[in-house]
Amino acid sequence: MVRRGGARRFVATAGFYGLAGLFMLPTVFVFYWMITLSLKPQIEATAYPPSFVRFSVSMAGYREVFTKYPFLLYTWNSLVVAAGCTALGLAVGLPAAYSIARWRQQRLALAILVARIIPGIAYLIPWYIFFRRLRMVDTYGALILTHLIVGLPIIIWVMISFFEDVPADLEDAGLIDGCSYFGVFWRIALPLVKPGIVATAILSFVFSWNNFLFSVILAGRETRTLPIAVYNMISYEEINWGTLAAAATLITLPVLLVALVAQRHIVTGLTFGAVKQ
Amino acid sequence: MYPIAYTGWMSLQEWFVSSVTPPRFIGLANYWKILFGDPRFREAVARTLYFTVLAVGAEAILGLAMALLFNREFWGRGVLRTLAILPMVATPTAIGLVFVMMYHPTLGVANYLVTVVGLSPFRWTYSSQTALYALALVDVWQWTPLIMLIALAGLASLPREPYEAAHIDGASTLEAFWHITLPLLRPALVVAVLFRAIDALKTFDIIFVMTQGGPANSSETVNILLFNQAFSYFNLGYASSMAVALFAVVLGASMILIKVRRTASW
Repeated sequence: MVRRGGARRFVATAGFYGLAGLFMLPTVFVFYWMITLSLKPQIEATAYPPSFVRFSVSMAGYREVFTKYPFLLYTWNSLVVAAGCTALGLAVGLPAAYSIARWRQQRLALAILVARIIPGIAYLIPWYIFFRRLRMVDTYGALILTHLIVGLPIIIWVMISFFEDVPADLEDAGLIDGCSYFGVFWRIALPLVKPGIVATAILSFVFSWNNFLFSVILAGRETRTLPIAVYNMISYEEINWGTLAAAATLITLPVLLVALVAQRHIVTGLTFGAVKQ
Repeated sequence: MYPIAYTGWMSLQEWFVSSVTPPRFIGLANYWKILFGDPRFREAVARTLYFTVLAVGAEAILGLAMALLFNREFWGRGVLRTLAILPMVATPTAIGLVFVMMYHPTLGVANYLVTVVGLSPFRWTYSSQTALYALALVDVWQWTPLIMLIALAGLASLPREPYEAAHIDGASTLEAFWHITLPLLRPALVVAVLFRAIDALKTFDIIFVMTQGGPANSSETVNILLFNQAFSYFNLGYASSMAVALFAVVLGASMILIKVRRTASW
């Protein structure tokens, strides 16, 4: 009896993991394919039928990415814009989130939700005209300011829930002891939400890093970011898949690694507006 | 708010950036044109809605199925969660590029896998008949995990008592699912689906990178049409009126979302 029960449980467990593997296979496969393609020499990358496991490893794709294109410049551009956007977003977003959380400004919270919902493309035309008039197309400033429209609402939204967890007694004690409102925010609330700040900074960085729509119009020769560079490569490289896959891997891998660090908060950021905390 | 107001103002004018003529106020003529005079816009709207229904519908069914499967204690939960997040944070441009290579009609791995299973190969994004479906598939690949995660959170908050009562009354697992799980989970599911729909209506990166709306406009959604009107033809006034129309649709969906969320009991 015991044995048969054990056997049945074994079959059920195996069935569960089989099904789980089947569901998760597509997710893993696309990344696996991207990385293996980037490591294959040109002939094997476009071989048909394709080889899944056995192939010779070559760094030619990566070498081409860096020698044929100013890929380091694109990476630098992406880094500057994402870092600038995140720093500015935190400078504006942290006090805003604190104020919304502390004084329960529900209307403001709703306004941020609306900013998240508006299609990005609806901003693009006025921005284009605006930045052209200011002669700011192809500057970091234009990219940082436009990326903020995605990053800032997420920073504020995620930080609200962190600030709400700061005990009000602690802040009141600070006020009684002669701290200003800003002092309470700076000396008491901020240190307590440090983990949240790290998480939202990562989130905002990732969203700016991935942004395509705003950069494709507002970035020029000097400030082209990685997504735009990769997009342009498609038409130049055509079927040079090793190179294309290498570029795709180089731009995706940092995001994936960073995302692993902040995975719990990434879900909060992605579902923001859909699920109450 | 200022850019949105400006878009609204722009949508009432006729203005080509490249020309020397200044913007000319033409009132609601642009709206008249998109509503009644431009079959291309109407087709794009239908395509956008079709794409959204298709992608989000598949994501809802798959996501719910996965949530039901994974709603238990098992070794590797953390790994699953991590894997689920990866497609959502990966750079869409890069993902689009990888799918372009996989979808290649003669050299792509997608057709190889399809023939291994015993089907005849498709032309994926390279044919006007299948392009929109192939793009929706990318969206499904990226965003099914999101529905799964929201549904999992919903499942975790369900009470235990109804199931015990149903068990005592002799209800089967399927009956319990149909009469207990589904009704209780409905608010969470509705919110997840609406939330996804709002984003699917706005899909731009994947479509622009993979097909630019082609072949033969077969995947030209409102976003792509609007973008090309504005930045290929520099017909900014007309493009603005499309942006306002798109905004109205998305806002409508969002209103429903906010209303549902307020009535949701958790």
